[in-house]
Amino acid sequence: MDISRQKAEQETLQRKSIGFWIYLMTDCVLFATLFAVFAVLRPGTAGGPSGADIFDLPFVLVETMVLLVSSFTVGLGLLAARYGYKRQAIAWLVVTFLLGITFLVMEISEFRHLIAEGDGWQRSAFLSSYFTLVATHGLHIAVGLLWMLVVIIRLIRFNFKHTDLGRLSLLSLFWHFLDVIWIFIFSIVYLMGSLS
Amino acid sequence: MRNSKKRVSWRVAQVVISSLVGLAIVGAFVWATQGRDMPVLNPKGIIADQQQVLILITVGLGVFVVVPVFILLFAIAFRYRVGNTKAKYDPELEGSKVLEAVWWGIPLIIILILAIITAISTHALDPYKKIESSTAPVKVQVVALQWKWLFIYPDQDIATVNYLTIPDNTPIELSITADAPMNSFWVPALAGQVYAMTGMSTKLSFMADAPGEYRGASANISGEGSADMSFMVRSVSKTDFSHWLYKSSYSPNMLSWDTYEKLAQPSRGDGEKTYVVTGKDLYNQIVMKYMDSGSSSQPHTNTQTDHTMNGMDMSGMGM
Amino acid sequence: MQTLFGRLTPQDFVHDPIMAGAGIAMVGALILAIAAVTFFKKWKWLWQNWITSLDPKKIGIMYIIVSIIMLLRGFGDALLLRAQQVVNDANGVEILSSDHFQQIFSAHGSIMIFFVAMGLVFGVFNLILPQQLGSRDVAFPFLNSVSFWLFFAGMIIINMPLVVGEFSNAGWLAYPPLSGLQYNPGTGVDYWIWSLQIAGIGSLLSGINFFVTILKMRAPGMGLMKMPIFAWSALGSTALIMFAFPILTVTLALLSLDRLIDTNFFTTTLGGSAMLYINLIWAWGHPEVYILVLPAFGIFSEVVATFSGKKLFGYTSMVLAIIAITILSFTVWLHHFFTMGAGADVNTFFGIMTMIIAIPTGVKVFNWIFTMYRGRVRFTTPMLWFMGFIVTFTIGGLTGVMMSVPAADFQFHNSLFLVAHFHNMIVGGVLFGVFAAFTYWFPKFTGFMLNERLGKMAFWSWLVGFILAFGPLYILGFMGAIRRMDHYDPSLGWQGLFIVAGVGILFMGLGVLFQLAQVAYSIWKRKEHAVGPDPWNARTLEWATATPPAEYVFATIPTVTTRDAFWQMKKDHKTNDRPEHYEDIWLPKNRSEGFIVGMAALVFGAAVVWHIWWLLIVSLLIVIVVLVVALTRDDTEKRIPAEEIAREELRRATV
Repeated sequence: MDISRQKAEQETLQRKSIGFWIYLMTDCVLFATLFAVFAVLRPGTAGGPSGADIFDLPFVLVETMVLLVSSFTVGLGLLAARYGYKRQAIAWLVVTFLLGITFLVMEISEFRHLIAEGDGWQRSAFLSSYFTLVATHGLHIAVGLLWMLVVIIRLIRFNFKHTDLGRLSLLSLFWHFLDVIWIFIFSIVYLMGSLS
Repeated sequence: MRNSKKRVSWRVAQVVISSLVGLAIVGAFVWATQGRDMPVLNPKGIIADQQQVLILITVGLGVFVVVPVFILLFAIAFRYRVGNTKAKYDPELEGSKVLEAVWWGIPLIIILILAIITAISTHALDPYKKIESSTAPVKVQVVALQWKWLFIYPDQDIATVNYLTIPDNTPIELSITADAPMNSFWVPALAGQVYAMTGMSTKLSFMADAPGEYRGASANISGEGSADMSFMVRSVSKTDFSHWLYKSSYSPNMLSWDTYEKLAQPSRGDGEKTYVVTGKDLYNQIVMKYMDSGSSSQPHTNTQTDHTMNGMDMSGMGM
Repeated sequence: MQTLFGRLTPQDFVHDPIMAGAGIAMVGALILAIAAVTFFKKWKWLWQNWITSLDPKKIGIMYIIVSIIMLLRGFGDALLLRAQQVVNDANGVEILSSDHFQQIFSAHGSIMIFFVAMGLVFGVFNLILPQQLGSRDVAFPFLNSVSFWLFFAGMIIINMPLVVGEFSNAGWLAYPPLSGLQYNPGTGVDYWIWSLQIAGIGSLLSGINFFVTILKMRAPGMGLMKMPIFAWSALGSTALIMFAFPILTVTLALLSLDRLIDTNFFTTTLGGSAMLYINLIWAWGHPEVYILVLPAFGIFSEVVATFSGKKLFGYTSMVLAIIAITILSFTVWLHHFFTMGAGADVNTFFGIMTMIIAIPTGVKVFNWIFTMYRGRVRFTTPMLWFMGFIVTFTIGGLTGVMMSVPAADFQFHNSLFLVAHFHNMIVGGVLFGVFAAFTYWFPKFTGFMLNERLGKMAFWSWLVGFILAFGPLYILGFMGAIRRMDHYDPSLGWQGLFIVAGVGILFMGLGVLFQLAQVAYSIWKRKEHAVGPDPWNARTLEWATATPPAEYVFATIPTVTTRDAFWQMKKDHKTNDRPEHYEDIWLPKNRSEGFIVGMAALVFGAAVVWHIWWLLIVSLLIVIVVLVVALTRDDTEKRIPAEEIAREELRRATV
């Protein structure tokens, strides 16, 4: 491939990276809005439970650890990919994927428990905003997992091209971003909620 | 020769046509506004009086910018039109620090003045502020319904639908709520508007300068019959007001919680009605209806009312 | 049946005569269009040249065509509203029932903002921005296609109520509790939500796309302070899109959750807060109006400079003003509901912030006027639109400042005074701006001018019409007339003003007819109106291309040294320079995935509205699968060989 073509491809990758960072910024605004809604509606418990009544902090702590570790493993996967170690990259990505699934399963079980107790999203504005904020994060995780699956499959079937490496680094960026959002959720929703 | 004559006559035609069009437009406006009432500019209540002054001041300040803009626009466009070879042509002219300072600076000063006026007037004309007067105020509780207005006089146990009789030169203290989608209580001749919302009690005060009839409306749509929600405010002398209260206390219509619930059903074209209020603390019940989880129709006869008066007040709510 | 068709029943297809007529006309027009394309055997051409094209010039034209069609729909809505208010149910003649009237003004506002103004803005961005920056394309061409087809899907959804179901009666912003399940259980509000939600995602993606384009794809040498001022206004506008549209996405989603699964965000009980919705929707809504008007400002900056034969006055000041307006537009949203009772301190803050925005806006007005100072001003149609803009927009600004004083606003809010004010801004500002853009840039893409005489007649009809249509509304506001009323007490004597307003809208309609005639006539007489690539003696790079521009726009990307790069090229006599050799150019290949995603989104929207859950899941799966396929493609570009470019350039040079 000639020089100008290479340069053009590099510029394209750089642009995609910037575009993705900017997309993450808009996603930040999205989550900020959901946090604002949560903050406003938190007192609206309508005679139903508040955060202190329903949050199981030890459980959530395990969830958080799972997600944090998965951030670490996706980083390892990216490093391995950058250095050309295909098998390690796939392995670490699979571990990340499994950790992500674990997180989601735990979250869904938490939701199911609440719904079974009659504390679903219909009960009050507080519960509506809790479920929506946490589920929106969960939805993003699910999208990330789908993306991860696609990357893993492509890694297995084709050797990396720089486009795949580019996609993987954007995915790991996304994953870290979701981790950061989770920290906020953990602190603002669960921790602060349990204290009041 | 013939071409320039054609040009001149075309120019003349242009001027004539534009003048005629301009005159026609002005004429149309005059025809359509003659003799009609403009309560915002011609108010009849102490609050609306002050709002009118505020409006005129704002226009006056704004004119300081708008008039120069128009003059400059037409003067410069005309003088530097491409046909005018006498005007200087300076294609590289890219700015002027002096002029920039002028048109960043002067509007800044005007806005500064307006900002001070805003800060003062917003606090002075806060709808939650009570009107100072030696006359004792009359309290009225307003409930926006689909698609009529309910007015309750809590101290006199009278209620009306779609009309409000008030004594002139007396402060009227309104508490406003809704048992319907969001509405906006507006009597332009007397004061500006305030939203009427379920589960909340907003406040407004006004005082009529003189006896008269003033139209009110709901300035926020709440469904099909929104435009039906006009009502009359009748300002009468204090003696006439007592007479009206006395007469109304003989009204055959009773407003209990049950009759209220029937009234609150969606309906159009209700006209004016007068009630004697038999239900206890109706207004607070209506507000509280939206505060309880789940249950909505049962009145609460316990002492939740005190809680309501303090908690449902909208003043200072930082949203 | 219920599972198969959700809550859709045959009854939902039955409408009153006016709606039925409109629905039949719309479907009829669609069938006619399909028949015509089939008859002329143009499906392949349509597919290859337009539907799957990633060329921003094509996408831009599609945006503009859709927006113009929607302008006609929105204008028709306005005619009906005006007719109702003129006749006012006199002698029992009811043109529109109250409910129908309310659906029409809701549709009118929603369509005009989302599918006319936004569409026209994105159309102009697509057509002009890359070329002005010396670029061949936008940053993310595939995303560009997706954005357009999502816009298209939203447009279809908002027109569906003409045929099946009903539209929202809750205004263009659908405040709860009215828009909640309790008061509006039908399909109306759902149509509104999903039309906007789907189009809104397209807008957000476009915002990111153009923002990155401006930042990363300028020609070498074009520093930020050398780029055309239109690009600056686009930068401000796209920055606003990126920060504001996620708020809309969330707000619409929360309202839809309230309606679909019984959450309590905006309900009247169980802790919900309608006031929260109002804050959120306006936190998006106010930036939205600046998203629309900033590009108009940019267009006028280019127009004034070109037709004065002079540099724009005070470029740096103009840039600062754009930045100030962009930032300030996030600090004023509460002025849309001073009357909701937030208290004097809060109202004062937002009132003052609102008046502050008037300062940079005023600065721009003065800079435009002084661009004409010591220039040679040609009063072509675009320049007339500029003059009309200054007149109408300044009045609108004045009335805006009047309403920024909270205590005064208590007397203006939700009255016809307010309606007149925002039409002054949107019609006088945004619409006039797009009209100017249309007449200005038309010859670049077609090779012939639009007939000037018809253009001028269109302008004067519009201006007179506008004054007649909205002047009376200010007066009616002073008379205490509220907005959105389908009838009023005849004894008030308001009918005269509504008649004047009715005459006004007829003049505006005449203006529209003149514009349509202008296009038709100019196409018919295009040989007589033929021009070269720089008919106006313009200043910026988009005029440095051939007319119409080649698919690759620039055979070689120019290097820029000053502002008004093309003007400089002309001064240096470099416009006819041919490079020594050409290089291969890589352009995006055609892609069908954007169209498929758009169509699947359309089906998704319809499925949600009608509660057809299986269809919802299927369409969602299609969107996901197609996106995964599209985003993992690697061979997305086609090569245009250097020899072909050399031939093409030679051909254009000798034409």
